[in-house]
Amino acid sequence: MRTKSDFINIDKSKLFRKLLRVRMVEEELVRRHSEQEMRCPIHFCIGREAIAVALCESLKISDYTVSTHRAHAHYLTKGGSLYAMISEFYGKSTGCAAGRGGSMHLIDRNVGFVGCVPIVGSTIPIGVGLAFGSMLQKNDKVTVIFFGDGSTEEGAFYESLNFALMNNLRVIFMCENDFYAVSTHITKRRRNDEAIIRIVEGFGIGAYRFDGQDCNSLAKKLASIVDDVRSNGKPVFVQCDTYRYTGNCGPESDSRPDDEVSRWKERDPVKLMQEKLLNAKVLSTDQIEQFKAEIAAEIQEAFDKAQAAPFPLRPDLNKFVFKDASNSL
Amino acid sequence: MPVIPYSQAIRDGLYEAMKADDSVIVIGQGVPDASQTYGTTSGLIDHFGADRVLEMPISEASMVGIILGASLVSIRPVMVFARMEFAVLAMDQIVNQAAKWHYMFAGGDSVPIVLRMIVGRGWGQGAQHAQSLHNWFAHVPGLKVVMPSTAYDAKGLLISSIEDPNPVIFVEHRWLHYTTSNVPDGLYRIPIGSPNLIRTGKHATVVASSYSTIDAIKASEILLKEGIDIDLIDLRTIAPLNDAMILESVKKTGRLVVCDQGHLTSGFSAEIVARVTEKAFKDLKEAPIRIALPDCPTPTTRALSNYFYPMPEHIVNAVRQQLGLKNQDPFLNVKPKDYLDSPNKEFVGPF
Repeated sequence: MRTKSDFINIDKSKLFRKLLRVRMVEEELVRRHSEQEMRCPIHFCIGREAIAVALCESLKISDYTVSTHRAHAHYLTKGGSLYAMISEFYGKSTGCAAGRGGSMHLIDRNVGFVGCVPIVGSTIPIGVGLAFGSMLQKNDKVTVIFFGDGSTEEGAFYESLNFALMNNLRVIFMCENDFYAVSTHITKRRRNDEAIIRIVEGFGIGAYRFDGQDCNSLAKKLASIVDDVRSNGKPVFVQCDTYRYTGNCGPESDSRPDDEVSRWKERDPVKLMQEKLLNAKVLSTDQIEQFKAEIAAEIQEAFDKAQAAPFPLRPDLNKFVFKDASNSL
Repeated sequence: MPVIPYSQAIRDGLYEAMKADDSVIVIGQGVPDASQTYGTTSGLIDHFGADRVLEMPISEASMVGIILGASLVSIRPVMVFARMEFAVLAMDQIVNQAAKWHYMFAGGDSVPIVLRMIVGRGWGQGAQHAQSLHNWFAHVPGLKVVMPSTAYDAKGLLISSIEDPNPVIFVEHRWLHYTTSNVPDGLYRIPIGSPNLIRTGKHATVVASSYSTIDAIKASEILLKEGIDIDLIDLRTIAPLNDAMILESVKKTGRLVVCDQGHLTSGFSAEIVARVTEKAFKDLKEAPIRIALPDCPTPTTRALSNYFYPMPEHIVNAVRQQLGLKNQDPFLNVKPKDYLDSPNKEFVGPF
């Protein structure tokens, strides 16, 4: 594969700030979860943030992204509004889906985040459809489909790979492999954890497997892939190995082997990048503290505004069942 | 106005919609191939090319997701299911995604797709090629379900369906493909949600849709010879359901017979009866009667087909019963050699 990675200039400091921001949003959500004010299932991505941060670094606003129920990092890194997201969790009319969605139905069309839904695997063909539309319209937009390793057990995944390949669609199938589907380890679902990529290779699609924890290194690799998909018009599958610290839903952990959890936490993406940047003197402790203060203030403001925002009203219930001329936000 | 078959009216509707709007595409198994989906896509590929008249892999579930995605970026897809049963493979995308997309994302996007679903009947179609599951789709908020019974309605409703910004299930009964009616050239529209009063009378209200309407027309002619005249309402759209014409008619006749292509239990006929009993109970002089398929899967053998499908005689009986007249077994005159499993005696298949 042609690689431009050596020439791609990634601002490591900015990249780290984005990574830190997603983490801090998640941590604040964890802190506030028990207040029972955000009354929707919330699927945390703590531990897995680096992949979205690394990939979205190379996407344009006009590129398309779809995702699953575990979408916070994808939504935020594509440029989705933090305030609209937090409002949505609180069920407010100011939410990105006007309170109809909660954490599992995020959308921000202004930045190319076309939607996410909780039926596992369902957005894979929808993402392929965005790329199909782009092909019919003869533009070079790239579509990224984020999904977990569990999604690769759904038939829709394989049908979608085939269609994308047969039609030369600009799709990046981004599989975030955290080894768990709900709370079932991959070794109980697959013969081995190489199975996914080997099946994809069997389709004839370019397939890559990367470390999902080293954000900077991953960003370079993915920049090259985005560039390649855009110029060659072919789909690519990328599997990034990572780990989530929480259970499937909610901030609590499920029962996992202690040594497994601690092993992954040693390679925590935020910690890993912070250490590297400090050692290389790209960032100082003071700069990191300043990032934290800025991000904390942004988060505080988003939560304050979201909590103060109004709920939808009774006439909103039947609105938007069908689209007609009188329907507008 | 030229008289053309329903199948050609579908084809003409597609042609007009594709000519009017470059973003309309047609996709499905067999759409561009030799059979051209029973002639309903004939010649379209010559006019619009392989970029707009597309074959697909055998991947119904994903294909609905793919056209959904394409519709979010301004493509207007029409997808064809050569049998409605194949759409069952795609129920996640239809029911969980397409139907709810506009609502769950608060109206920012909508899904302007048309899913043509062809319902088989007779000539050995059997349990997995002859179901009409329109009732399932009508139950899901966010889906529109149209069931034209004439060539004229088929073309006008198809154009309206393609122009509609919402997902529309377009139900075509295979036997209707052979029926003919006056169909104007060019672009015209039948509004979704507009029932059609086919015949007016005072003795009873008969409500039908799709092929049941053909049976009901035959029944009305038999009844007329006995001096019984009916209001015959062809629903044309079952979701969203416009019940105003039905309520108005029952107010006049006081009697209701509902004919449906689906099964009896939890079927769409029950919805009509429920609406009328809820909203016009005092207008009813008799308990309404439903005519629908028995609660058993479709048998393949022609011998049992003869006793599976409702016939015009069932509707005649139901109306007579409403008027307190005596009935006879509608199957009385059916002989196994009659083979009611084909639309006419000349028909030798295949479907």
